[in-house]
Amino acid sequence: MTLWLIPALPYLGALILILAGSKLSKQMAGIIGCGSMGLSALWTGVTGIAFLSGGREPVRLQLWEWFDVAGWNPGVTLYFDSLSLVFTFVITFVGFLIHVYSTGYMARDEGFNRFFAYLNLFVGSMLMLVLADNLLLLYLGWEGVGLCSYLLIGFWYQDPANGAAARKAFIVTRIGDTAFAIGLFMLFQTLGTLNIGAILAEAGSALSGDGAASWPGGPAGATAIALLLVGGAVGKSAQIPLQTWLPDAMAGPTPVSALIHAATMVTAGVYLIARMHGIFELSPVSMQVVSLIGTITLLVAGCSALCQSDLKRVLAYSTISQIGYMFLALGLGAWSAAIFHFFTHAFFKALLFLGAGAIIESLHHEQNIFRMGGLRKELPVVFITFLIGSASLAALPLVTAGFFSKDQILWMAFAGEHGSLGLWIAASVGAFLTALYTFRMVFVTFWGETKTPVTHRPGKAMTIPLIILALFSLLAGFIEVPHNLGHITLFSSFLASVLPSPELITDSLLMEWMSQAAAALLTLGGIGLAYEYYVRNPQSLAGMKRNTGALQRFFHSGFGFDRLYDSLLIQPYTWLARVNRRDITDSLYTGLARFSIWLHRQSAQTQTGILRHYLLGAAIGALIILTISIFI
Amino acid sequence: MNLPAMETGLLLAGILFILGLLSVLIRRNTLFMLMSVEIMLNAAGLAFIVAGARWGQPDGQVMFLFILAMAAAEVSVGLALILQIHHQLNTIDSDAANRMKG
Repeated sequence: MTLWLIPALPYLGALILILAGSKLSKQMAGIIGCGSMGLSALWTGVTGIAFLSGGREPVRLQLWEWFDVAGWNPGVTLYFDSLSLVFTFVITFVGFLIHVYSTGYMARDEGFNRFFAYLNLFVGSMLMLVLADNLLLLYLGWEGVGLCSYLLIGFWYQDPANGAAARKAFIVTRIGDTAFAIGLFMLFQTLGTLNIGAILAEAGSALSGDGAASWPGGPAGATAIALLLVGGAVGKSAQIPLQTWLPDAMAGPTPVSALIHAATMVTAGVYLIARMHGIFELSPVSMQVVSLIGTITLLVAGCSALCQSDLKRVLAYSTISQIGYMFLALGLGAWSAAIFHFFTHAFFKALLFLGAGAIIESLHHEQNIFRMGGLRKELPVVFITFLIGSASLAALPLVTAGFFSKDQILWMAFAGEHGSLGLWIAASVGAFLTALYTFRMVFVTFWGETKTPVTHRPGKAMTIPLIILALFSLLAGFIEVPHNLGHITLFSSFLASVLPSPELITDSLLMEWMSQAAAALLTLGGIGLAYEYYVRNPQSLAGMKRNTGALQRFFHSGFGFDRLYDSLLIQPYTWLARVNRRDITDSLYTGLARFSIWLHRQSAQTQTGILRHYLLGAAIGALIILTISIFI
Repeated sequence: MNLPAMETGLLLAGILFILGLLSVLIRRNTLFMLMSVEIMLNAAGLAFIVAGARWGQPDGQVMFLFILAMAAAEVSVGLALILQIHHQLNTIDSDAANRMKG
């Protein structure tokens, strides 16, 4: 089995580019970067076909033993099952398209070779993450992608703002990573292993026994571990309360936003929770927490996206919001629905980001949507693909992939065993918001009159990935169609061997139709409202701005989370740092040094240079010694 | 006051030693300081002689000969130093040679 080639190829590419990057021409670097990714994608295809046509048996491949301490020997072991296959496919395939796109997008950038080195390193680490057999190796990949995210956000490091954004992303996700690490420690303390299969087997036997009570750490232990894992997932996937880094992460080049901050890395949290689903099933509380986090995030981010004027920030908030949907699905126990939404989201969000990149580049790095406009005729290919991506994001009924994945989550929110009417309403409002902000973006960007002239048009390297991704955004949904519309369950039955399917408490066909109709109406309503305000009747916006200016500013700032954290955490910390500038703990040592210097001064005073003083000293000393020797 | 020979001799040696020490401390003229050091040395030598006479041993006188030789050497070095001080500072005041201090 040559499974190891999948992560090894991007790593090899990264190695070559790092070692010989400065000597290679841009063309050569592009060939190495894209070639290694292409081969990796190809090999994923070959492995996937072998997996599908074979018995769909999970494959375990131990490459070597990492270390062996007191009988604990985590290996560098790859594990390949249907869940890994879905993620590997998306990472390599979308990654390859984005690599190809980047050769066009970054063609005139000085850091071209460095860019591809980082990008390859990222893909290798991400593949390591999803193919890891034990949580320690997963954590290695987890940190690897975090590092690459940091490097790529701060790619244009000459601008201090980009460096600040990179540091913010790194530090904020670090909070989650720390929780994740503590969760791993607790897991290891409880079970003595970090092997995913062993943990899931333990959780499964506890679940089929008498629930969480038979889990070695007790119900509280299971909940604590689950919540700590959620902490890690929340940081990586930019969910409330650690979502603030993602909008700022848009400082990186646009292909990076597409690959890392939309399609792959930010969904690592979703992967983690889906992979460790056994522990979450033991702890209903943590499931509720996950669905609650998802619901709040999708609403907050949806509202924030509504008021952004930077094209990439709209997409960033929309990513946060869509991952909120995935978290909601995870919290509902609809594991495959979450992964399905990840699957479709990866295509249409990568498409939207790449389209945004093409627009931004054509307009000479203009990112404000209100200075765009009328691009419908100027950039027809970008327009059509962007429209398809937007329709998929807004879940336009029946024709787009986004509709099928989001519909599944909505239906689970209503009819799943953990679902409730409240969650369904929140998710539906989120769907309405999604349609509204998506088409606000589309109408403002592509309709109206031209405000910034198009300086140059994207080349083939950029448009072909757009077209391929657009096709997937339309067609990827048809592998999983709700049973009232055709009943195709290729995706969920494919994942059934890894992820349990949820139970439905309401199985009424009528209700399902109603739910779908409501979602469709809300989507169309959102699009209609956006059309009304931004195309037909733009002058009414001024009145709205007057009436709801404060609210819009509040939404624009992302519900003031940045300001909240600034005054709650950063200000006190910098105040403390200012107060403690001289370092209180250091004062003992500086005091010691100062005392020695004082003592030295005193002793130096006795050295007067006058001979008689020395003689006197010697005489007194002799006298003292004599006295002592006589009387003692 | 009718002390035995040894006590008288030792008392004389002690008085001479203290006189020498005091004048080393008080005098600023290096030549006189050197002479005071000679007095101290001779006081010590006297103490040896007295002690040797008390026990009827020759060791005390041997020690005095050593002291004599050492004093001769000391005087020659000391005079050379005084000559140098006079060359460099145009004085033989010991307090003038105070440039080496903390």
